[in-house]
Amino acid sequence: MTRLHVQLAAMAAVMCLALAPLVLSPFSITLMNYIGIYSLVAIGLALLTGVGGIVSFGQAAFVGIAAYATAWVSALNGYSPWLGLVFGVAMTCAVAAILGVVTLRLQGHFLSLSTVAWGLAIGFLFGNVEGLGRFNGISSIPPISIGAFALVSSSQIYFLIWGIVAAVLLLGYNLLDSRLGRAMRALRGGNTLVESLGINAFRIKLVTFVIAAFLASLSGWLYAHMSRFISPGPFDAGMGIEYLMMSMVGGAGSLLGGVVGAAVVTLLKNSVQDYLPLIAKGASGQLETVAFSALFILFLQWARQGIVPFVARYLPKIKRERPQPAPPLPRRAQPTPGEMLLKVDGAERRFGGLVAVNNVSFEVRSGEILAVIGPNGAGKSTMFNCLTGALRVNKGEIVFAGRPITHDAQSRIAKAGVARTFQHVKLRPRMSLLENVMLGTYARTRSGLLAGAFRLNQREEASARHEALMQLERVGLGEKPFELAGNLPLGNQRILEIARALAADPALLVLDEPAAGLRRQEKLRLAELLRSLRADHLTILIVEHDMEFVMSLVDRIVVLDFGSKLCEGAPAAIRSDERVQEAYLGGVA
Amino acid sequence: MTSDIAAILAIDGIATGAVYALVAIGTVLIFTVTRVIFIPFGDIAAFTALTLAALDAKRFPGTGALVVILACLATLIEIISMVRSGELRLLPRALLFYLALPLAVVGLAWLAMRAEPPLAVRLVLALMLITPIAPLLDRIVFRPIADGTVLLLLTVSVALHFALVGLGLLFFGPEGVRTEPLTSLSTELAGVLISGQTMLIVIAALVFSGLLYLFFDFTLVGKSLRATAVNRTGSRLMGIRPARAGTIAYLLGSLMAGVSGILIAPVNTVFYDSGFLIGLKAFVGAIVGGMTSYPGAAIGAVGVGLLESFASFESSALKDVIVFSLLIPILIWRSLASLHSDEEIEE
Repeated sequence: MTRLHVQLAAMAAVMCLALAPLVLSPFSITLMNYIGIYSLVAIGLALLTGVGGIVSFGQAAFVGIAAYATAWVSALNGYSPWLGLVFGVAMTCAVAAILGVVTLRLQGHFLSLSTVAWGLAIGFLFGNVEGLGRFNGISSIPPISIGAFALVSSSQIYFLIWGIVAAVLLLGYNLLDSRLGRAMRALRGGNTLVESLGINAFRIKLVTFVIAAFLASLSGWLYAHMSRFISPGPFDAGMGIEYLMMSMVGGAGSLLGGVVGAAVVTLLKNSVQDYLPLIAKGASGQLETVAFSALFILFLQWARQGIVPFVARYLPKIKRERPQPAPPLPRRAQPTPGEMLLKVDGAERRFGGLVAVNNVSFEVRSGEILAVIGPNGAGKSTMFNCLTGALRVNKGEIVFAGRPITHDAQSRIAKAGVARTFQHVKLRPRMSLLENVMLGTYARTRSGLLAGAFRLNQREEASARHEALMQLERVGLGEKPFELAGNLPLGNQRILEIARALAADPALLVLDEPAAGLRRQEKLRLAELLRSLRADHLTILIVEHDMEFVMSLVDRIVVLDFGSKLCEGAPAAIRSDERVQEAYLGGVA
Repeated sequence: MTSDIAAILAIDGIATGAVYALVAIGTVLIFTVTRVIFIPFGDIAAFTALTLAALDAKRFPGTGALVVILACLATLIEIISMVRSGELRLLPRALLFYLALPLAVVGLAWLAMRAEPPLAVRLVLALMLITPIAPLLDRIVFRPIADGTVLLLLTVSVALHFALVGLGLLFFGPEGVRTEPLTSLSTELAGVLISGQTMLIVIAALVFSGLLYLFFDFTLVGKSLRATAVNRTGSRLMGIRPARAGTIAYLLGSLMAGVSGILIAPVNTVFYDSGFLIGLKAFVGAIVGGMTSYPGAAIGAVGVGLLESFASFESSALKDVIVFSLLIPILIWRSLASLHSDEEIEE
C-alpha cells in the first residue's frame, strides 16, 4: 500500500459521507450528527491521552464552556452564532491554558485526578450560575447561518459538522507528522528523554492540552446550535468519562480511532436504549448506564488497545520512500580542537546525609574522549546527571563552552550543544528509527503548530529527514529507516541513541554506560563507531563500568571512588596506579 | 458570622468530616494494598444507609439481590479462570468463599428479618449485607487487571462507580431516605448544643480508626497487609498472597464505609446516588494524606468537612465547586512533595 492508496481511501470515505444524506433517514442523519460532534472531543482526547499520555476525565467541561458561551452570546444577547464561536473558543482555550499552567506539572495519576476535580467543579458551576439558567438551561438558541442560509434541519448542519471533522482529521494527521507532533508523541514515556533533546516538555504538554480543549470547544459550539437548547446534563462528569471511553474504544493513540470510537459508542448506546426494555421490562434508563459501564469495564479488561490499532494490524503496511537528499540543516560553530570545552570545578551533590559527589573537578578538551570510571556507588551516575542538568549540584560550578550551565534546565543544556544517551535505553519503541533520530533535530529546527498542521514546513522537514537518514547511515543503521525502534536488539538500540544524539549536531557527546549489557561483538562495533566519531573531531565523555572497553578506547580517564576524585591520567598510568587497583580489587594483600 | 454560628458550623463540619474520614481511611487502605483508587466507596456508604432504611421499614433490602447476583458472577468468573489454569482442585474453596458465604449472609439476614429484630440487630444486618459487595466487585472487576497501571485501574474504578449508581436506582428506587436517630441524647458544651448523633459520629470514627490501628500493629494479618502495601513482590515471596490481602482490605474498607453510611443516614437524606459526593470528598481528604497515611487521610477528611460546612454557610449552591476547586492546589502540593522523592529513587 502506498501513500496514493491511503489518499484514495480517504477520498472515498469523504465521498460516502457527502452522499450519506441522500440515502439515510433523517433519524440516522441526526445520529450521524451526534457522532460527528462527539468525534471532535474524542479526537482531542486521542491526542491528549493516546499521543501525549495525559488521561483527562474533564473534557465534557470544555464542551460545556463553549456551549454555554455561545448560548449566552446568541440566545441571551442576540448576537450571531459566529461571534459565539469566537467567544466560545477563546473562552475555552483561555480556561484550558490557565488550568494547564496550574496542573500540567503534576505527575501520573495526580494529573488525572486533577482533571476529575476541575471537571466536577466546572460541571457544578453550570447548574448554579444565575445568568445561565441554572438547571433549566438555556433554550431558543438560534441556528448557525451561512450568509442568509440558516442551518435549521439536521441534514443541513450535517455538512458543517462532518466538514469540520474531516478538516480536523487532516490537520491533525499533518501535525502528528511534523516537528511538534513528534515531540508530542515523545511525551509518553517520561520527561527525561524529552528534556534531554532540548524540548520543553511542559510547553508541549500545554499545547497538546489546549488543542484538545479547542476541539472540545468546536464540539460544544456545534452541539449548542444543533440541539438549540442546553442544560448542565450533557456536560457533567458522566459525559466526561464517556468521551474518554470513546477514544479508548476507538484506539487511544489514533485520531481516526476517535471517530470510530464515537460511532461505536453512540450506536451501541442507541441500540441499548432500543433493546434493553425488551429484555428487562419496566427497567428505567439507569439500566442503560449499568449495561454501558459494564461493557466499558469488559472492554478495558480484554481489549485495552482499541479497535483501529487492532484492524490496522491486518492491513498491508504503508510503503514509504527513502528520504531524498535535501539542503543540510544549519550546523553549530564547533569549538577548535584542543580548546577547553567542559570544566567541572569543585562539584558537590548531597542526598540528605549522603555525599554522592564530593568536591570533584575535571576538564574535557575538545576533540578527546574522556572516561569517568569508578566502582559501584562511586558517584558516576550522579556526576553524569549533574552535567546534563537532570540533577543540580549543591556546590561548585560547571562551565560549558565558556558559559556557566550550573543552574540551567536540561533542555537549555541540550540546546547549548550537549547531547546524551541513557544507561537504560530511552527510545520511543512505537516510532520508526528515522523518527526517533529526527527527534534529535528538534533543537535545530523551527517550524511550529500552524506550519505543521498546514504542511508549510516541508523544506525543513525534508532537511531534517535527510539529516536523520545520514546519521543513521553514519552509525550503520541506514538499511531499514522505517523499522520500529522497539524491534531492534539492545545493542542496536544503544547505537540508535547515539544517532539521535548526533542528529542534534552536538559539541559534546555524553554517553552513560554505553557498553552495559552488550555482547562482545556489539562492544567492538560500538568502540569502532566512537573512534570514527573522534576522527570527525567530536568530543566524547563516557561514564563507564567496563574497564576493558574504556582502556583501549579513550584518551584520558578520571577515576571516582566514594564520591571523590581518586586520580586522573592516561589509560596506562591509571592501570598501574595502586590507588585504583585498591579501589577496584580491595587492598593489596 | 458570629462566634456562635462559627461554633455550630465547626461542630457540623467535624461531624461530616468524621464520616468522610471513615471512608477516606478505607480508600487509603485499598489504594496502598491494591493500587486501586476505589471511587465507589461512597456508593457503599450510601447503599448501607438505604439498606438500613429498608430494614427499618420491614422490607427486605435490594442489597440482598445485589449480593446474590454479584456472588454468582464472581463464582462464575472464578470457575472459568480455574478451568483455564487447570486448578479445579481449588473449586470447593472458591465455592465456599464466593458463593456459599455471601449467600449464607443473605439467607441469615432474610431469616432474621422475620423476627422483627431490634435496632442493634438491624445495624449488624445492614453491615453484614453490605460488606460482601466490595470484595466481590474486586474479584469480578479488578482482579483480572491487577497488574494494570494506576491510571487503568482508576478509569475502571470510575466506570464501576457509574455502574453502581445505576444498580442503586434499580435495587433501591429513587426515593431518598433518612433513618431515625440512633440516640436522642444531647449535651451542651460552652453554650452550644451538640446532638448525641454528632457525638456518636465522632466517637465511632475514633473507635474504628483506633481498632484499625490495633489491627495493623498487633495482628499478623494486619502486618501482612502492611507488607503488601510496601512491596507486593516482596510480600509474595514471604508467602503472602496479594489477592487475599486485597480481599481483606476490601472487607475492612467496606466495613468502614458501611459504618459511615449508618452514621450519616439520620443526619442527611441519602439517595441512591448520594455516594459519589461522599466518596469524592473522602477521597479529597485521602489525597491530603498523600494516599498513604491514615492519620493524614483522617485529618484531611475532617478539613474537607469543615471547609464544606463553612462554604455552605457562605453559598450553599457553590459549596461543591469550592471543595473540588480546592483539590487542585492540594494535588499540586502533594505532587511537588512526591516529585522530590521520585527523583531520588531514580538514582
